[in-house]
Amino acid sequence: MTLARYSLIASAVVALTACGNKEETPAAETAAPVSATAPGDVVIKIGHAAPLTGNIAHLGKDNENGVRLAIDELNTENVEIGGKKVKFEMVSEDDQADPKTATTVAQRFVDAKVAGVIGHLNSGTTIPASKIYSDAGIPQISPSATNAAYTQQGFKTAFRVIANDIAQGGALGEFAATTLKAKKVAIIDDRTAYGQGLADEFEKAAKAKGVTVVGREFTTNQATDFMAILTTIKGKKPDIIFYGGMDAQAGPLTQQLKKLGVSAKVIGGDGFQTGEYIKLAGDNAEGQYASQPGMPKDKMPGFGAFNEKYKAKFNTDIQIYAPFTYDATRVMVAAMKKAGSSDPAKYLPEMAKTDYAGVTGPIKFDAKGDILGGNVTVYQVKNGVWEAVATVGGAALAPAAAPAPAPADAAAPAPAEAPK
Amino acid sequence: MDIFIQQLINGLVVGSIYALIALGYTMVYGILQLINFAHGEIVMMGAMITISAISVLSATGIGLPGPVLVVGGLLIAMPITMLIGFIIERIAYRPLRNAPRLAPLITAIGISIVLQQVAVLVWKNNPRSFPDLLPHEGHNFFGAVITDLQIVIVALALLIMVGLLVMVEKTKLGRAMRAVSMNQAVAGLMGVNINYVISMTFVIGSGLGAIAGVMVGANYGLAYPTMGFMIGLKAFTAAVLGGIGNLGGAVAGGILLGIIESVGAGYLGPLTGGVLGSHYQDIFAFMVLILVLVFRPSGLLGERVAERA
Repeated sequence: MTLARYSLIASAVVALTACGNKEETPAAETAAPVSATAPGDVVIKIGHAAPLTGNIAHLGKDNENGVRLAIDELNTENVEIGGKKVKFEMVSEDDQADPKTATTVAQRFVDAKVAGVIGHLNSGTTIPASKIYSDAGIPQISPSATNAAYTQQGFKTAFRVIANDIAQGGALGEFAATTLKAKKVAIIDDRTAYGQGLADEFEKAAKAKGVTVVGREFTTNQATDFMAILTTIKGKKPDIIFYGGMDAQAGPLTQQLKKLGVSAKVIGGDGFQTGEYIKLAGDNAEGQYASQPGMPKDKMPGFGAFNEKYKAKFNTDIQIYAPFTYDATRVMVAAMKKAGSSDPAKYLPEMAKTDYAGVTGPIKFDAKGDILGGNVTVYQVKNGVWEAVATVGGAALAPAAAPAPAPADAAAPAPAEAPK
Repeated sequence: MDIFIQQLINGLVVGSIYALIALGYTMVYGILQLINFAHGEIVMMGAMITISAISVLSATGIGLPGPVLVVGGLLIAMPITMLIGFIIERIAYRPLRNAPRLAPLITAIGISIVLQQVAVLVWKNNPRSFPDLLPHEGHNFFGAVITDLQIVIVALALLIMVGLLVMVEKTKLGRAMRAVSMNQAVAGLMGVNINYVISMTFVIGSGLGAIAGVMVGANYGLAYPTMGFMIGLKAFTAAVLGGIGNLGGAVAGGILLGIIESVGAGYLGPLTGGVLGSHYQDIFAFMVLILVLVFRPSGLLGERVAERA
């Protein structure tokens, strides 16, 4: 076979198969109206974007369920906006956790004239999409994008109901240094806006506390083989390995650590504080740490009731962000009610003034659109479930969750850290 | 030094898996001059079916020990992937056997997408964790660690490869395969049942694919519907590196590629002064592919064209 034919085949195959991967069924997932609307009602469309296919589709579906639950409830509450009865409709789109797709989705929302957008899930998709929403004047609330840059672009339309990575990375660095007494850490990230941003903030905070960073390695958000980088890290003998990324990588990474005989603990952010992580990491999940912005679920004011409703409706467990998407939807509608209009230009000023008691806690925004007083909770896997170990930051320094009395030093030395 | 040995061991383990998959590519190419791009998806199917079979087996409540469960799951998965391989050849390649070369290549890509989407429908898009049933007790080896599972993977892969070579060289079916690869028409005239030989090639290749799939799943601890794409491409690279169509070449290419990748990823950061980090691991396979195509298109062991099987 000649050279030319080989390269032709190889490139054709790469291109074609890549297309096959990317273009899977967005149409099927698109535009699923939540409820039938009676004629005569004003219909307000709310966009929702998250990866509904790919290796974190379980998280995207969870986000979508949170919005769906909020909207179904609102539709039974006979909401009136500006004196007219309204019905809400969710327009859910799959951004595939891909920045390019996210901008296409954002443009589709703008064209469909949605009143507001709940999303996106990843920082890497939220940030490029936020420019499009800002240009169109459409308010956007991300339930889960924690990269600090999202709200630092000066967009009036960008909000989030979750503490950002400066707070999260800072809290984790603090926790590693003071509670876990780590001297040497190795840092791995998946080179996404989220993973890299969080890892950078962790590195800053850990260094400020006198912790030595002995290694910084990288992977991708598609990888499954971490043996090479873990072997490099093994040679540097860290006490703790920080991973900035999602559960689909953190799980196998944790399992592969054990194969290499590395006993260092894994610590990371909200991307793998999930049930899926525990499944994927197998028996090596035990004892690993990950944080989650917000209070522990059992400390969230409305979590019990929310959990029951969620389980009754979807017959599955909450992954992570469903309470946040639920709150985000409610916050958006509350602002519409106050403004008496679903016109983005009219209710946007009301959103900035939000003061809402949500399932996840009180929600107020600062001038940038970040949540005020957002705190971060560190969890540890104990007996196969995540248990809260310490809550750092925010206004209150809550000690550990009641069922799991944490060591006394877990919460005490961590000073209050307001998100900047 | 112990780090270097560890990277070599990692590479050897991954390389043996690549080699096993590469055999599937190279056998088919040797006989049909067709690159069966659906082979990566067969590997994925092997892993996914095994996971499902294991959960069924452990739900029976007999309380079988872990390794028995995995072998049992594999024994269920292998006939299914063999059947899939047989059907693929029957419906996608046989009608196009005398068509221009590009036609079956395109159906191969089509089949690969179909299998991927079927897997998404059956198993959903989430990664599935591979049940942690096999012993992975670590053994110290000059400061590096090798687990029981990894020893089994390498040993089993080598055993299968030797078995396959013996089959091709010594058995009647093997002789028929070599005959068909040399000249289909003449082999047919000599009374070789060409369709049977070709079907068997796909069946054997798919069986090996299922074993490789289970190895991938057990080694990384997870499996997912799109996993076949990358691993298939890398195994294809390994087959080209060794000289496609050559069985020994596929083995050598696979192991070599595994080691290049593993050592390369481990030292890429320091070597490039941090410009290229370890997340560029995958470029090695494709750099190797390009270099081979430019400088030695017939592959490392590609000379013995007449002997391919």
